[in-house]
Amino acid sequence: MHYSRPNSVAEAVNLLGGNTGNAFILAGGSDLLVRMKGGFVEPSLIVDIKAIAELRQIRATDKGFWIGAAVTCAELGESEMLRAAWPGVVEAANLIGSKQVQGRCTIAGNLCNASPAADSVPALVAAGARVHIVGPNGSRVTAVEDVPLSPGKTSLAPGEMVAAIELDERPAHASDAYIRFIPRTEMDIAVASAGINLTLDADGTIKTARVALGAVAPTVLRVDEAAEALVGTKLETAALERLAETCSAAARPIDDKRGTIAYRKSVVGVLAKRTAELAYKRARANS
Amino acid sequence: MNINAKTQIQEFRSVGTRPVRQDGVDKVTGRARYGADYNMPGQLVGLVLRSPHAHARIKSIDTSAAEALKGVKAVITAADLPDHADGDEGLLEILDNCMARTKARYDGHAVAAVAAIDEATARKALGLIRVDYEVLPHVTDVDEALKSTANVVHEHATSRVDPEQNVPLNVHATEEFGHGDIEAGFAKSDLIVERSFKAEQSHQGYIEPHACVASVNADGTGDLWVTTQGHFSYRIVCAQLLGMDVSKLRVTSSEIGGGFGGKTHVWAEPVALALSRKAGRPVKLTMSREEVFRSTGPTSPASIDVKIGVSNEGVITSAYAHLRYGCGPYSGVWGMLGAMTAFACYDIENVKTIGIDVRINRPKTAAYRAPSAPVAAFAVESVLDEIAQKLDMDPLELRFRNAVKNGSRSSYGPTFGTIGLVEVLEAVKSHPQLNVPLAANQGRGIACGYWFNIGGQTCTTLNIGVDGTATLTIGTVDVGGSRSSMSLVAAEELGIDYDKVKTVIGDTATLGHNDTTEGSRGTFSSSMATINAVKQAIGVLRERAAKMWEIPVDDVVWEKGCARAVGEEHGNLPTLSLAEIAKEAPNTGGPIAGHSEIVAEGVGVSFGAHICDVEVDPETGATKILRYLVVQDAGRAIHPAYVEGQYQGGAVQGIGWALNEEYVYGADGRLQNAGFLDYRIPVCSDLPMIDTVIVEVPNPGHPYGVRGVGETPIVPPLAAVANAISRATGVRMTHVPMSPPRVLAALENAKVT
Ligand SMILES: Cc1cc2nc3c(=O)[nH]c(=O)nc-3n(C[C@H](O)[C@H](O)[C@H](O)COP(=O)(O)OP(=O)(O)OC[C@H]3O[C@@H](n4cnc5c(N)ncnc54)[C@H](O)[C@@H]3O)c2cc1C
Repeated sequence: MHYSRPNSVAEAVNLLGGNTGNAFILAGGSDLLVRMKGGFVEPSLIVDIKAIAELRQIRATDKGFWIGAAVTCAELGESEMLRAAWPGVVEAANLIGSKQVQGRCTIAGNLCNASPAADSVPALVAAGARVHIVGPNGSRVTAVEDVPLSPGKTSLAPGEMVAAIELDERPAHASDAYIRFIPRTEMDIAVASAGINLTLDADGTIKTARVALGAVAPTVLRVDEAAEALVGTKLETAALERLAETCSAAARPIDDKRGTIAYRKSVVGVLAKRTAELAYKRARANS
Repeated sequence: MNINAKTQIQEFRSVGTRPVRQDGVDKVTGRARYGADYNMPGQLVGLVLRSPHAHARIKSIDTSAAEALKGVKAVITAADLPDHADGDEGLLEILDNCMARTKARYDGHAVAAVAAIDEATARKALGLIRVDYEVLPHVTDVDEALKSTANVVHEHATSRVDPEQNVPLNVHATEEFGHGDIEAGFAKSDLIVERSFKAEQSHQGYIEPHACVASVNADGTGDLWVTTQGHFSYRIVCAQLLGMDVSKLRVTSSEIGGGFGGKTHVWAEPVALALSRKAGRPVKLTMSREEVFRSTGPTSPASIDVKIGVSNEGVITSAYAHLRYGCGPYSGVWGMLGAMTAFACYDIENVKTIGIDVRINRPKTAAYRAPSAPVAAFAVESVLDEIAQKLDMDPLELRFRNAVKNGSRSSYGPTFGTIGLVEVLEAVKSHPQLNVPLAANQGRGIACGYWFNIGGQTCTTLNIGVDGTATLTIGTVDVGGSRSSMSLVAAEELGIDYDKVKTVIGDTATLGHNDTTEGSRGTFSSSMATINAVKQAIGVLRERAAKMWEIPVDDVVWEKGCARAVGEEHGNLPTLSLAEIAKEAPNTGGPIAGHSEIVAEGVGVSFGAHICDVEVDPETGATKILRYLVVQDAGRAIHPAYVEGQYQGGAVQGIGWALNEEYVYGADGRLQNAGFLDYRIPVCSDLPMIDTVIVEVPNPGHPYGVRGVGETPIVPPLAAVANAISRATGVRMTHVPMSPPRVLAALENAKVT
């Protein structure tokens, strides 16, 4: 096994491109090292991206925010501008593992690990975040929901890596939220989760909505019917019920040791309601 | 914290204080050496190959490729652990569990092991071992195993079947307790509540996995460094299994990162010794967390029916329980313990309990803190709670009306002596938690619990150092601060300060036999032996002082850490301190010591009562513990902080089991959640501070009044939490753990019916 710690994106891309075996990017390592220790993967090359200065930054751009792939979840939580603009994304990232895990882990790693239960991913999908990908054939930009294909599998081509995740500017009367259900209070994996982003009129009518669910399908689920159920409402009871119904109906979970199909379908609707209420409250407060 | 001392007859100087723990600095600085923290020159790494099948005949094992791998120094199978049991069935079962002989009897059963120069080589070698299995049908559920169509778990089971009695195939043992005539009692009652309960299997969840370093020499001697609750019993069992002389095997207990009963049985230690014997080098064997879950002993899964009849005044007229406990593939005593403890808190005229051990294709059941009692209490205390609801009676009042008192005949036979259940209930009654108002979706549950506690073989040695400080060597492994408690006891008796006594755990070559630290016996037994040893040393100290003064020993008394001459003739002599006497020891007869070898008798049982306040989320089924109170009779709290620690730790383990902890088996008989991610013990943020009240009703059988305290705290929580959830939701909970999916399903079910 070869370990390298490049100082630039170009160098990283070079290393990945030149490798013919089993190359892995190492960000926080909170998935990769666990899988290596468990004997599930045996990398021939590890490219550690934490020494690439450019990838360690959170920047405000003219369109919004640029989050380098090596920025830790703890650093997201410390960024006041991100907390103000995208509280749902930040709260999702700050639910991952524990304080110790958050000191290492990244949202890019969370996305590229391609777990259906990844916490930051529904929040990023609801936020309409874009992923900057670099590779041997240059760079491209794609939607977050286009990255995970199935549990453990991404749409990244060999030699490609995520350089950054980009979020829009936050307009007035808009906000987001993320809530997951776990049997404990921390150190657990979502049984079901919901991320919701809302934009309102000045009078509180929902103009646009994005709803994404986690842990209830092989990949994150964007539920447009659920979003439509919210648009034009002020989140009255009927709208909330409709939201819960559409989310429960859209969910395609499995029965496993973490929860039954019936339980997940039921709870994901409850979570969607609670998430919508929180996002709505935040959006109203953001004038 | 709050100590409710019923009778403070004795005056203590050290006992009852809360000094800093003597092993604390090493533990918080990471210097303490646990099972895996010991190394020997030339040591190899041992790894175990385990069955992926719940039940399979081992047709053949081909180890040749593994043996041929460079760096592999030994490969063993059951053939390398020949049967030295000499017809002792129990011992043969232990051997069979350590290394499957003809059949793998559960997912995770050891079938072979290797010792190699490093872990990578050992792992590779495991992959080269070829086992030819004939997969057999299995059964992992207790009730399924009792059906006449069930698959047979162990060939012993069939041989025990009495065809005329039509005993189901997988029953290992049936035990019955009680007195009176339960049918007559039920006929007399005004209200009868009858229910069935189920408890899933839980693991002790100690943070430190099993680990040892074994070294067997060509001359038949050996050393074992190991994390264990009982190095003396490990020595006996390991020596017997390997055909060694007991005295030639020296076992040293490391610091222990939790055991709770799980480290009272040998698992991988005989395997490590056999590997070392074959390789001719020391072998370190450390289990992974997955191995701990799959291949060591969790507690029993259980299925229980309870029927209780009461008068309108809330007096129990008759009580019956049928308790079925899984014991893994081997024999067990778990049904018996459940049947003995189920109604132990109550004075009942007509009572009958039947406890059954059921063989299933799961790991061998091991002791887990008051084994069997928590699920028995879950069933019995739940039915009592329902009775209180139906009688519209305060559930605490119902307990008062039936509580056992001094002289009550216990439900399992003996008559109780001085016991403290009523005092415990009184302390509950006056606790402010009972007055905290509850909001919507909140509920309060109460439950009582009982454990016997035990005594047993114990010995200690006290050595006085040249400067008058003392070293106390004890042989009961310290699992909860008992070294510091023993220093307090020795300081108390000697009349010197706590920080002048250092207590250590002796290895098997240092002291005579000590029974394992189990049954809440450690502090009870070792403090008794310590008091004896110090008294003996004081006798020597008085003799030495007499010699120094040249007066008769009868004129010397021991007071406040000094020898004092008494009587008209010598009463005016200045006292001699321990240090002064110790300094003169070379000239007055040599080293000064005391020792004691006893079977500790006079055990005092311990009762507790817990109050749990919860809030249930009716949309997700999630339960939040709002407040939790443990009240228990300690007899005498030597170091109250460690008594509170036992109360809190037991409550937390019980809460974890009540809410989330369970073994999940697939239809294939494989354990699906062999790790802390999906076997959910509580994390700190799941819990409120656990409040405690120590009640002290001294045990007359102990010089200071000590009772064991370690196990009773895990008995009431399943029931206390279940009663709280049942009251919060209006739906009676009958299946633990009450995980969110299970609670939500129960709520949905109740809506439908
Ligand atoms: C104790 C513990 C608790 C956890 N709890 C949670 C939780 O609550 N919620 C949750 O969602 N997850 C949890 N996880 C999983 C993990 O922490 C998260 O998925 C985390 O976000 C992964 O980030 P990382 O930077 O550590 O990823 P790494 O382990 O470094 O990488 C993960 C995967 O993504 C690839 N990768 C990383 N960066 C890139 C990149 N820039 N481009 C392309 N591929 C890349 C890696 O090669 C690897 O395959 C937990 C893990 C542990 C150990």
